[in-house]
Amino acid sequence: MTWSDSDKSTAVGAYALRLGDDALVLAHRMAEWIASAPELEEDVALANIGLDLLGQARMLLTYAGEVDGTGRSEDDLAYFRDEREFVNCQLVELPNGDFALTMARMLVFAAYQYELYDRLCSSSDETLAAVAAKAVKEVAYHRDHATRWVLRLGDGTAKSQQRMQAGLDTIWPYVAELFEADELVHGLVGGGIAVDPAELRDPTTDYLTTVIEQATLTVPDTSVWHTGGRRGIHTEALGYLLAEMQHLARTHPGAPW
Amino acid sequence: MSAVTVEAVRAIVAAVPDPELPVLTIDDLGVLREVRVDDDGHVEVDITPTYSGCPAMDAIRADVERRLGDVGMADVVVRLVLAPAWSTDEISESGRRKLLHFGIAPPTGRAAVGGPVALTLAVRCPQCGSSDTRELSRFGSTACKALWACNACQEPFDAVKVL
Repeated sequence: MTWSDSDKSTAVGAYALRLGDDALVLAHRMAEWIASAPELEEDVALANIGLDLLGQARMLLTYAGEVDGTGRSEDDLAYFRDEREFVNCQLVELPNGDFALTMARMLVFAAYQYELYDRLCSSSDETLAAVAAKAVKEVAYHRDHATRWVLRLGDGTAKSQQRMQAGLDTIWPYVAELFEADELVHGLVGGGIAVDPAELRDPTTDYLTTVIEQATLTVPDTSVWHTGGRRGIHTEALGYLLAEMQHLARTHPGAPW
Repeated sequence: MSAVTVEAVRAIVAAVPDPELPVLTIDDLGVLREVRVDDDGHVEVDITPTYSGCPAMDAIRADVERRLGDVGMADVVVRLVLAPAWSTDEISESGRRKLLHFGIAPPTGRAAVGGPVALTLAVRCPQCGSSDTRELSRFGSTACKALWACNACQEPFDAVKVL
């Protein structure tokens, strides 16, 4: 496919928005744990991980609004789009559930993001490459953190194992969406800008399978796969999340700290 | 007014302390990248964040502008640059000594470029110097630090994570 320069800029913006929305929505989920985590150190850890994701989101949304020519700021994009305009994957918007579910989701998402950013470092788009080079080092810590907890809970007591498995079972139908591509992504992959999600499936799955088996858990067997986030189709949970996240900015437009 | 030199601007900006680790300057940390001055006296200062979400960047930007403003330089632009990504390898030797003196263990070893964080090297207690220490949490009081404790003197301490 051949694109005009303006089509290409629009596409790069749309791609950056997907990556940014993933990070933004999960950052909000991490923030919800503050003061509710099982121990103080975990409060701090989840807040720090959320902060890393928020930083990534800010850079990606800022870039999306610049490159697509609309001139929208990071705040315009975060606070003044409605649910159907968000293009995050559904995995990141699922409610936190218990701590085991949160760790199951972090394991999957960080494993995926690690492989993604690791390759995006070589993007022909300089900004995406720079954001990825910075983020991949942070995500390595997120993946490591989730790995330790999944091993500890999975290979722990009968109760912790059962809850860890339940967490994995709940999120698993949302995993396949991470590896889907559409026309937009295919076009950008051809231009050396985006990473082909199909390329991420094997390394991510290998990592997850190793951890899950070491944790004496079972890779869930599912026949139902949910999808649609990249087209603005979301689960019921996203609307509630946005209502909370956007409330202040919409009630007091333009309010600075 | 005499011509503004890069060296003069750099000397002023290099002394700006990091808001979260005030014992270090942004130069010690490697957060200060490049300083440029053009013929018209227009100043550009490049800074880079330690972590993507580093909340100190806005404060650093304001401090840089204020310090240069204090000596009459108002035509200043502070740019945030991402590439190359910051690494703990950029913390200077004097920065490492200051950290230790302040009770924070400096990063141990060099960042493994492109590699995960599988290896944990021994971290020496900044209080008593013992290497009999343990990691309490990989995430500490700020994004760039982990929480450790010393088995010898029983004191908890912060350690800068290798990144």
